[in-house]
Amino acid sequence: MEQLDKFRELMRRDRVFDFMMPDQMPAVDVSHEVLLYVEGLTVSFDGFKALNDLNLYIDDGELRCLIGANGAGKTTLMDVITGKTQPDSGMAYFGQTHNLLNKNESDIATLGIGRKFQKPTVFEQHTVFENLELSLRMSKAILASIFYRMSSEQSDRIADVLDIIGLSKQSNQLAGALSHGQKQWLEIGMLLVSDPRLLLVDEPVAGMTPQETEHTAELLTSLAGERTVVVVEHDMAFVRSIAKKVTVLHQGFVLAEGNMDEIQNNPDVIEVYLGESQ
Amino acid sequence: MELSWSEYPKFKRVPKRTAFSKNLVTAIILIATWISGVSCVQASDQPPETSFKELVDKMPSTKLKNLSKVVTDLEQESDPRLLPLFESLVEGKLYYVKSDKTVIMLNQELDDGKAFRATQVLDQTTIEHIAKSDIKKIRVNNKLRKQLRKAIAKLTLFSEDSNQRLAAVEKLMSDLNSENITLLKSAKESEQNNAVLEKMNLALNIALLDSNDKSIQKQAVKTLSGELHPSVRSRLNVILEQDANGEYLEDDKQLIALAESALVKIDGKLEFYGFIERVFFGLSLGSVLLLAAIGLSITFGVMGVINMAHGELLMLGAYTTYVIQTLMPNHIGLSIIIAIPAAFVVCGLVGIAIERGIIQFLKGRPLETLLATFGLSLILQQAVRSIFSPLNRQVSTPEWMSGALQINPGLALTYNRLYIIIFSLIVFAVLLLVMKKTALGLYVRAVSQNRDMAKAVGIRSDWVDAMTFGLGSGIAGVAGVALSQLTNVGPNLGQAYIIDSFMVVVFGGVGNLWGTLVGAFSLGVVNKFLEPVTGAVLAQILVLVFIVLFIQKRPRGLFPQKGRSAE
Amino acid sequence: MAASFISSLLTTDTSRREGLLSSRGGNLFLIILFSVTVLASIGNQLFPPGSPLHVDTYTITLLGKYLSYALLAMAVDIVWGYCGILSLGHGAFFALGGYGMGMYLMRQIGDRGVYGDPVLPDFMVFLNWSELPWFWQGFDSFPFAMLMVLLIPGLLAFVFGWLAFRSRVTGVYLSIMTQALTYALMLAFFRNEMGFGGNNGLTDFKDILGYDLQNDNTRVSLFIITACVLGGVYLLSQFILSSKFGRVIEAVRDAENRVRFVGFKTENYKVWLFVYSAIIAAIAGALYVPQVGIINPGEFAPLNSIEVVVWVAVGGRGLLYGAVLGALLVNFAKTQFTGILPEAWLFALGALFVGVTIFLPRGIVGLLSSWKKSNGGNA
Repeated sequence: MEQLDKFRELMRRDRVFDFMMPDQMPAVDVSHEVLLYVEGLTVSFDGFKALNDLNLYIDDGELRCLIGANGAGKTTLMDVITGKTQPDSGMAYFGQTHNLLNKNESDIATLGIGRKFQKPTVFEQHTVFENLELSLRMSKAILASIFYRMSSEQSDRIADVLDIIGLSKQSNQLAGALSHGQKQWLEIGMLLVSDPRLLLVDEPVAGMTPQETEHTAELLTSLAGERTVVVVEHDMAFVRSIAKKVTVLHQGFVLAEGNMDEIQNNPDVIEVYLGESQ
Repeated sequence: MELSWSEYPKFKRVPKRTAFSKNLVTAIILIATWISGVSCVQASDQPPETSFKELVDKMPSTKLKNLSKVVTDLEQESDPRLLPLFESLVEGKLYYVKSDKTVIMLNQELDDGKAFRATQVLDQTTIEHIAKSDIKKIRVNNKLRKQLRKAIAKLTLFSEDSNQRLAAVEKLMSDLNSENITLLKSAKESEQNNAVLEKMNLALNIALLDSNDKSIQKQAVKTLSGELHPSVRSRLNVILEQDANGEYLEDDKQLIALAESALVKIDGKLEFYGFIERVFFGLSLGSVLLLAAIGLSITFGVMGVINMAHGELLMLGAYTTYVIQTLMPNHIGLSIIIAIPAAFVVCGLVGIAIERGIIQFLKGRPLETLLATFGLSLILQQAVRSIFSPLNRQVSTPEWMSGALQINPGLALTYNRLYIIIFSLIVFAVLLLVMKKTALGLYVRAVSQNRDMAKAVGIRSDWVDAMTFGLGSGIAGVAGVALSQLTNVGPNLGQAYIIDSFMVVVFGGVGNLWGTLVGAFSLGVVNKFLEPVTGAVLAQILVLVFIVLFIQKRPRGLFPQKGRSAE
Repeated sequence: MAASFISSLLTTDTSRREGLLSSRGGNLFLIILFSVTVLASIGNQLFPPGSPLHVDTYTITLLGKYLSYALLAMAVDIVWGYCGILSLGHGAFFALGGYGMGMYLMRQIGDRGVYGDPVLPDFMVFLNWSELPWFWQGFDSFPFAMLMVLLIPGLLAFVFGWLAFRSRVTGVYLSIMTQALTYALMLAFFRNEMGFGGNNGLTDFKDILGYDLQNDNTRVSLFIITACVLGGVYLLSQFILSSKFGRVIEAVRDAENRVRFVGFKTENYKVWLFVYSAIIAAIAGALYVPQVGIINPGEFAPLNSIEVVVWVAVGGRGLLYGAVLGALLVNFAKTQFTGILPEAWLFALGALFVGVTIFLPRGIVGLLSSWKKSNGGNA
């Protein structure tokens, strides 16, 4: 039976094989104004439920903050959305049509979901410029890469981003030689040049100076509207400075959702999360 | 390059050893083997000299035609020396020394047949070296041989030793003339031992197949249906003989049908026991794989590095056995027992040296570690070649490990394989205990799950690495001791095992001892079942292909480590 | 620790790692390759034996053999140095290429074999085979044989790579898998039933494209062809690896997961790089066989494949000419060693493995470049 289903899947006329797909950015259907649907998501590791029947809806163009104690499931949620982890059950849709759970990391990235990791991961043996070049939104096919020549718009775009992230001077330096904060910036820059529809930003201000934090807050706020941004952060002051809507995760499910004031007055939240910090 | 799986079956088949229970006990209670090694020295008790001596002394001077009379007289004696005497005589190994007319039995040819080692018949002392020119054969003719065989049959059939009686019945089975049948029947009267009695019934039933009475024949076929003794099968085939046109020689259709169904039953049983035997071979191969892989599994699981010199540690273990055996050539059994801890210590120390000398400098660079340890394996191999010669060395198998456990005529399990299966399970159990119950085990598990965290709580991860490596290498050494009992000990011994061991670890799941156990035994059994169909080499290739495909489906093996730490 | 000192020099280096030295080194490599080829050929052809400038044919063949090894080393460097795929089974592709060429050369013997059979190679007559197996058909044609030399190893690399990379087998797992691959092929080719001459392999070749293989001119030509192929493959690989494709490949080496999140299908990149590298190894094998005159299953031995890795490590991985340098140096040392102290060679090779990995992680070229840089810094 399973075989038959697979065969049917293979023979579907409305699809073509992956390798025959035209190399272009797929359109995202946001006719219902929701960009990301996450429903009933459950992930368990050896009996421990990292996500427990989690539901989350992100509107198109929204800036959303996710907060929660360690182990609340923030990073696991991002892992599921970006294809790194397969959930035990539940669904995750990007727009109306794209099921994220049957796609791998690169497909999801191509759809327009960009991610900044908790621990900054850049290509340390490449220069800052090359890091950005690799992240450019363009065909990621092999032949295209071999015969790739950078267009002037693209180099302008990279120059712009270098300016935004303040690494113009370090453009030809190996990324491995950057400081921790600079790496954070570079990774944000890599997100920016990839021109994503949805940005998942995991702890962007860890290791940054107050000025840099402020700068980041400005940048993220300016991105919202045009793009959709989901920020995971521990720094409550930072969250307060950017957030319109906050979601609190606790032990793998959504504990509360609303604006910052509502959250701060929510008795459940006070008990399990904010209560501890005050 | 040696081919491990194809070359591996080098067991020494010594038929008809049945004292299994005694041997099993001696094996498990390891100390006892020492006693069994020593107790070989026999106390020589001298029976009072009687007419036996006179008769034997008479033999050199008796003419051939009168020898029969002497033999008849000897038959009346109940002397333990009688049986070897008769046996030597019938085999033409009874001689006398020309000078003093002492009767001797030849044991062994020396100097290309120009001399012999012999035993004196009367006082049973050994003569280490006697020239052929100094002795003369006591000749026998066919008639005498016949008389002797009968006498031997009688002697053994009524012997005190039930094993000897059993052997005698077995011997008679190939020659069931009326005289032997009478002998068997009379022996059966007084027989108490069930096993011997059973065999006697079997022999008598086989004899009934020759009966002229069809109904007796049919009855015999019915009783013998499903008997695994090879002579039953050949006798049934005689009944089913066909002429050139495919017509049965036998007229009685009913008898043919009975014989056919009996044969089918026998073949079915043989097939079943063949299956069991193959499983057994598979398990024994699996236990070798287990021993070879388990050390690798530990080091790979904890440190994430492949020690390509792991195979050479097996080889060192085997050579340790060889060295210890060379040091104490008269105590083969004991030397194996001593070799186990010795190999563990030697290889463990070498392992620690490897870890301290090479691997600790290559932390976080698993591919370089692989290369460096491979280089080390070349050095170790060449070192062994320089020290011991490139030729294979023979490690002897102690007596209690040779031979086979004869479960029935269709199934024999060789002792060396049996012991290695048991031994590998013991090693596995001990290792499991070490990992679960000792502080080292706790540290090792902590480091393998989260190295940084383990460091943070004060575990000296350097020390744990060295100890883990020592433990894994020591087990490789112990595996080498076991391997020395199965294959030739040579510088290339370990080379072939590294890939196989790695396959087992990958198949079972890294860092999981139970996975390694299941992986080793299932790969061993699968391989042994493929072998008769595809040939040894192709079987090995198929297993490799299978594993490559397997990790498509389960990249982390049968029993993966779960959780975020496994990322 | 010397090792960490060197690597720290490299990582804190502020300029692009393939700076001036690299391209200068690459040009130098091409110039040396060209001049050695021309000089050796002239020395062999124009100067009579006995002249101090004469290069004998034995040396020419030895050089040709070294150059095909260098090509193989380059193939390994492409996957290992640039993409972090440590293949311990590239000898398999080399040997398969060699067998393809060997089969062509075997068919060229015709009825000049010991048994004089016009179609069947000697070993088949010896095994009482009555007709040519299907997989030997067509190998009497040179273009077909060369097509197979490229196709079969390429296909094997594709299937293996597709299976391995798609299921994300990496690191030591992959290395051991590649070793198992070449080990399995070795076992298979040792079998007489496979139809590739079993133990003895293919040998007793007579001529190639009608030219006598024993002839000095043929040997010099083969040497020149090998040198040209090496240079050509170098240029092509340099082009590919310095493109954006190369930067993706290097990013895969350093942080494969991150590359996926940027949107590249890393497994496809790896598969095609692996196939490319396997084909280069196969070409090296096909060039090697007519020069040494034999191909047997021993070429599949895992040790051979690992030795290649050491050549690359000695020369300096991640730089194509580093691999070439390593192959030439180690093989030269091997020839010298096995001539003087045959038993000591394995000791030396083993020590080389250990020493290079611990003390020279970037190989000789890496040592030279950091030495040069630290000198430049002081001046």
